[in-house]
Amino acid sequence: MTGKKSNLAPLRLHIPEPKFRPGDEADFSDVAVPPVDSIARPDEASLPADIQSLAFGLVRVLDNDHQAKGSWNPNLDAEQLRLMLRNMMLTRAFDDRMFRAQRQGKTSFYMKSTGEEATSVATAMALASDDMCFPSYRQQGILLTRGYPIVRMMNQIYSNSQDHLKGRQLPIMYSAPECSFFTISGNLATQYPQAVGWAMASASRGDTRISAVWCGEGSTAEGDFHSAMTFAAVYNAPVILQVVNNQWAISSFSGIAGGERTTFAARGLGYGIASLRVDGNDPLAVYAAMRWAADRARINNGPTFIEYFTYRAEGHSTSDDPGAYRAAKEFEKWPLGDPVDRLKKHLILLGEWSEERHQAQHDELAELVKKTQKEAEANGILGHGMHQPFETMFEDVFEEMPWHLKEQCAQMIDEQHRKFGLEWKPK
Amino acid sequence: MMGDTKTMNMIEAINSALDIMLERDPDVVLMGEDIGYFGGVFRATAGLQAKHGKTRVFDTPISECGIIGAGVGMAAYGLRPVPEIQFADYIYPGLDQLVSEAARLRYRSAGDFICPMTVRSPFGGGIFGGQTHSQSPESLFTHVCGIKTVVPSNPYDAKGLLIAAIEDNDPVIFFEPKRIYNGPFSGYYDRPVEPWSKHAASDVPEDYYRIELGKAGIVREGEALTILTYGTMVHVVQTVVAEMGVDAEIVDLRTLLPLDVEAIEQSVKKTGRCLVVHEATRTSGFGAELAALVQERCFYHLEAPVGRVTGFDTPYPHSLEWAYFPGPVRIASAIEKIMKD
Repeated sequence: MTGKKSNLAPLRLHIPEPKFRPGDEADFSDVAVPPVDSIARPDEASLPADIQSLAFGLVRVLDNDHQAKGSWNPNLDAEQLRLMLRNMMLTRAFDDRMFRAQRQGKTSFYMKSTGEEATSVATAMALASDDMCFPSYRQQGILLTRGYPIVRMMNQIYSNSQDHLKGRQLPIMYSAPECSFFTISGNLATQYPQAVGWAMASASRGDTRISAVWCGEGSTAEGDFHSAMTFAAVYNAPVILQVVNNQWAISSFSGIAGGERTTFAARGLGYGIASLRVDGNDPLAVYAAMRWAADRARINNGPTFIEYFTYRAEGHSTSDDPGAYRAAKEFEKWPLGDPVDRLKKHLILLGEWSEERHQAQHDELAELVKKTQKEAEANGILGHGMHQPFETMFEDVFEEMPWHLKEQCAQMIDEQHRKFGLEWKPK
Repeated sequence: MMGDTKTMNMIEAINSALDIMLERDPDVVLMGEDIGYFGGVFRATAGLQAKHGKTRVFDTPISECGIIGAGVGMAAYGLRPVPEIQFADYIYPGLDQLVSEAARLRYRSAGDFICPMTVRSPFGGGIFGGQTHSQSPESLFTHVCGIKTVVPSNPYDAKGLLIAAIEDNDPVIFFEPKRIYNGPFSGYYDRPVEPWSKHAASDVPEDYYRIELGKAGIVREGEALTILTYGTMVHVVQTVVAEMGVDAEIVDLRTLLPLDVEAIEQSVKKTGRCLVVHEATRTSGFGAELAALVQERCFYHLEAPVGRVTGFDTPYPHSLEWAYFPGPVRIASAIEKIMKD
């Protein structure tokens, strides 16, 4: 049914399309890469209204010649730089190994963070170790940076007998309160208002800890995102709200989330929140931005919103083939490079690293991950029997098990007896 | 035994429970739309901000998703948030945070994180609230694993149950039947409202006390049939039973999940007949669960099919409210039928 009037031009519905699809040659020459220090680092006490241009620029430290420059340079010593490099390389080695484990049928699912390691490793290094992190599903680098045991991550991925989440969660949905790392949800952006609530609680208690939250550019479209931004602004919450803009939400490019109109960082401005747009593949810029935001939150200057402009080098997860929806070799052509490679070259330039040491560390980490994988697999892999006792599925729904769950548990045990004989016993 | 008592209506009893918990537990915080300075649109939080301070009792933006989501984060920090959702009809924007987050936190993290949050919300109709201020969405929550659902029917229960809910280490939905905030409701909308002061359950201890969640109350003992009900309908059923002179046993469920199945079973096995009465819509309503449980557990004791009296399966109509409401006529007809069968 249309109400078309002949003297009016027809309306047109705009459906955003990415510039390149499979078969196209990706060309990012139109992506603006402003010079390092085109925007100076403002004082942490600056008013959001006075620093709005930061939402449209790009905070950078590592220049194309691999030198660290400008007012955002965090001036980390060589030891810290090497640790940052190692944490990112460990994350990549872990990802490669676990991706392969999924392909070998040892688990159901995996998600790599290749190309985006700086957004979790450098951010975690800039926070205090007890600042609370509310991650999305691609921030494994936080756990690895904070020293969470790799074998525990693998046990979770395999849902095996030692998985402390009792095989209930999809692989990579870690929970690690000992590392101030919140339980990961599969629903998107739900962690956003939660992180704000945590920060409000911390502030109301006169605590000194702050919170930080991550989501992808795609899920900024969720209502939770906007509720969280409103709450963060209203209560001046000590929270750092971050968007990892890796250009792709499964097969939907950032334009489907509204990225054609303005930067994601600019969304913070409408709420009156200090907003930064940062080169997400520059680990020193990521560190500097996070440090600025954390310092700001700690002196009661409230929330900061940060967009990391980066690129998702691999598929969304093991369940999709990026070759089916985007042009080949996009990552190779990405104008902001690879965070591991950039930090490596910077360290070499400083005379604090070498190709040989890099290769040796690469091999060492690959070996470490491989060795740990064997240890984890001794506890079982998905679907090969070494799972949690069946009756644990009824635990933790409530603090105390109500009658209806006890009845259903008895029914489940009876079903096992019918399947495996009366000698079957719950563990 | 519990110190002095005072005559309270539902609002005052709820206010007293909140006041006591703010006093006893520094982790308790109240938040919601208009609940701070103003004291809430139904006055349930009146005076509490002035007494306990702005960081304990405060107004929120109009964002149920934000309110519940922030509550989950506060609970993760270690607080015991008690958010108010101004009307149960407004709870839907916060549903994902309740269903996928609050309810699952303990399970998905194997106890690493818990959510001791009590969401209070006025619910039910009978106040000319139209379709957006009258709904009874309790069965949406009883269907979710990991949430407890409580519906008090009088001031004494409201206070004791609310304290128990706040002290519970799992998330609780606490639905307050707004039609009976100021007095029990006979079901006759054209008669003057009777104040709570004439009702025994308005005699409320001023101090702390708890009513255990998951325990039903027997409002009237009887032999002829069992009526399972809760909230506003407890009072409507009592009126009808008195008028008909039928020897019904009236069970006020008080907590829908976890359900006091023992009390239900005991009563139905004694009477052999069962009627379920609720204000919410019929199809997939909580009455369906009750009817199924009763036939599973008491089938050989039943002398008649389990009956259901409910709201109709339409949105709550504003001007036709009293034709929609499961009032005395609908209840009486159902009782007559069940007694004949």
